[in-house]
Amino acid sequence: MRVLIMAKEGEQSAPATPPTPEAMAEYQKFNDELVKAGVVLEAGRLYPSSQSKRVRFDGKKRTVIDGPFAETKELVAGYWLWQVRSIDEALEWLKRAPYDGGTFEVRQVLEYEGM
Amino acid sequence: MTAGPSRSVRSSNTRACEGPLAIGLRAGHASDSPGRREAATAAAHRATEAIWRIESARLIAGLARVVGDIGTAEELAQDALVAALEQWPAEGVPERPGAWLMGTAKHRAFDLIRRRKTLERKHEEIGRELERTQEGVELDTAIEADVGDDLLGLIFMACHPVLAKDSRVALTLRVLGGLTTDEIARAFLVPVPTIAQRIVRAKRTLAEAHVKFEVPRGAERVASLASVLEVIYLIFNEGYSATAGTDWVRPALCEEALRLGRILAELIPAEPEVHGLVALMEIQASRLGARVGPSGEPVLLLDQDRARWDRLLIRRGLAALDRAEGLGGALGPYALQAAIASCHARATTAAETDWPRIVALYDAVAELAPSPVVELNRAVAVGMAFGPAAGLDLVDALVNEPQLKSYHLLPAVRGDLLRKLGRMEEAVAEFLRAASLTDNVPERDLLQRRAVECAAERMTG
Repeated sequence: MRVLIMAKEGEQSAPATPPTPEAMAEYQKFNDELVKAGVVLEAGRLYPSSQSKRVRFDGKKRTVIDGPFAETKELVAGYWLWQVRSIDEALEWLKRAPYDGGTFEVRQVLEYEGM
Repeated sequence: MTAGPSRSVRSSNTRACEGPLAIGLRAGHASDSPGRREAATAAAHRATEAIWRIESARLIAGLARVVGDIGTAEELAQDALVAALEQWPAEGVPERPGAWLMGTAKHRAFDLIRRRKTLERKHEEIGRELERTQEGVELDTAIEADVGDDLLGLIFMACHPVLAKDSRVALTLRVLGGLTTDEIARAFLVPVPTIAQRIVRAKRTLAEAHVKFEVPRGAERVASLASVLEVIYLIFNEGYSATAGTDWVRPALCEEALRLGRILAELIPAEPEVHGLVALMEIQASRLGARVGPSGEPVLLLDQDRARWDRLLIRRGLAALDRAEGLGGALGPYALQAAIASCHARATTAAETDWPRIVALYDAVAELAPSPVVELNRAVAVGMAFGPAAGLDLVDALVNEPQLKSYHLLPAVRGDLLRKLGRMEEAVAEFLRAASLTDNVPERDLLQRRAVECAAERMTG
């Protein structure tokens, strides 16, 4: 199955401090391990939501809204697309990530039937 | 394919229960709320199962290097798993579960080797304490050696050419995929004892042939690697076009093969054919969702809704093909097949397919590894590139080929070409013959439907 791992932005929509080289190296090591295990299909980081836009649909009307947005806790800052055999496997991998803060959401991707 | 790891043959204590996952449930410690306790235990079990899936191959590989054979390594690893299932529900999952499992298994490996040594010593009446301690140190470093090399050693061992094809597949899924015998049996629609037998026989054959745990080099490596790639592609194909049963595709097997291929590509990135195989599997897998119609019937390549092809897998496949070609492997058998698959992947509509290029690529495949099946595929491409009559000429030359005697795609292809030429009566006979030759139910239905269509076209046209 595929799962989407979403990193939540946290309290402020702009990153407070850039990650230290050590933290980046730790992250790289973890990501390499995932790639070597054949888990990572795709990964990406997003610009802060202050630079994002929304399009709201209301019948025939479309409204474009500029960021930043109030509910920053629900905003995605980065994502991984993983190939795993169960949600539990995804959780076990995720627990090994070298983060000391933040929230990550794990969602299964809807695929063809009978999986 | 989500059930838990299988139990060790040696762990007779698990036999009395439902399986390894039942142990902790019984041994669960008393606590204030039974409901909460059970929920926590179940969570610990699910976590343990997932950890086993992540760690088992590395665990077995590290142990196999030390003890020398897969059978013992697997038993030691499973003993460690049983210990985890007993302890983790009560004590909590350790912070580094992989290291915990390895540590536990290592202790057992030490014990085992010490016992073996003692036995040897008794027989030979030599006993030197010094040797024993030195062995201990060596063992320690051996287990902590390069995990990648270990994994590679295990892959080469499980796919060793000395083993029968079926045995290689079963052993690979078991020790590298972490699948249980039951799961493998279900995936291949064969009885559980058959798979168990294959695995037992494989381990025995490896021991009897004194196959060493190592990463082969030179000429031996070429043959061994070909065998590894063959096993992975066999697993993929069984998922991609099931040879029997009521499912047209079994994606879980494709995913397992893809995972093994991706791991291998990371382990030996300089081997072009590994990337060629990965490219082929990624591109073929991109069509999995489009290959099955609403009622489970097969939808053939040219009839597929290309909007349903998985662009991510296509992109990954094309990138892997680039890597294979960049390493000078454009003419490898898997890279060539991947290149053919890429022609389809790059065409936005079926009509845009570059058939002359596909014919040229099949020419290259035929030169490299001539076979009647390749000729048949080439004939299809020729039929598309230069007209059905040209294709039919080639197919007709294959009719008496013994290797294709009961191959259902020969009459299926012939029927298709005859239909395009308006020779409906012959086409009907060919499609019916093809239908009688396949054991896959949805595919048989499709071929019978083709026969009916041709019969109808004959009436009206």
